[in-house]
Amino acid sequence: MKVLYFAWLRDRVGVAEEIVEPPIEVTTVGELIAWLAQRSARHGEAFADPAIVRCAINQNYAKADESFSRTDEIAFFPPVTGG
Amino acid sequence: MIKVQREDFDVGAELAALSAGRGEVGAVASFIGLVRDVAGPGELSAMTLEHYPGMTEKQLGELEAEALARWPLDRVLIIHRHGRLLPGDRIVLCAATSSHREAAFEACAFLMDWLKTKAPFWKLEEVGGQSSWVAAKDTDEAAAAKWTKNE
Repeated sequence: MKVLYFAWLRDRVGVAEEIVEPPIEVTTVGELIAWLAQRSARHGEAFADPAIVRCAINQNYAKADESFSRTDEIAFFPPVTGG
Repeated sequence: MIKVQREDFDVGAELAALSAGRGEVGAVASFIGLVRDVAGPGELSAMTLEHYPGMTEKQLGELEAEALARWPLDRVLIIHRHGRLLPGDRIVLCAATSSHREAAFEACAFLMDWLKTKAPFWKLEEVGGQSSWVAAKDTDEAAAAKWTKNE
């Protein structure tokens, strides 16, 4: 499945997007964050404080307890600062 | 109407077009956001706005629909730029038109407050050759929260 990163999350992870295959028991946003965080030292740094990471499933905001499917577009990014 | 673009925009032309031929419109309220010079005199600074193409348009479209549902408006316009901008450059234009001023003023303030916390844009500031991501402000969250309906 495809995961997108923006702003400082992208800088820390080192890529704008990647294809990942989390195990079947990873079904919620919070579980995906925990799984991604242990993929590498860079991922660990990016997801060090999950409370300040925002997630979108198919371009809609999603909370940590929301479930996703393997075909969804998942994005992680910092709190927004536009306007 | 939502526009997400790299180019600058002509405020006068955009606002004129918004109310042109709309005889029932008696009020146009607008807000323009500019890049502030955070470096101070003599220092070069710039700001790069990154966004999430697709989600940006979707979120701004939902904002527009929410404003049109909450107030008796004729039209809503949001133009938001992305890319590298310099101090004084326009970042955003937000406008609402209505028969009377109250709805137009309120809707314009609402649109900016929600845009600040929902539209997926991120500011990267450059000051003296150093780049840093701008942190979100609690005051923006508080400003957005005051428009949340009590249900």
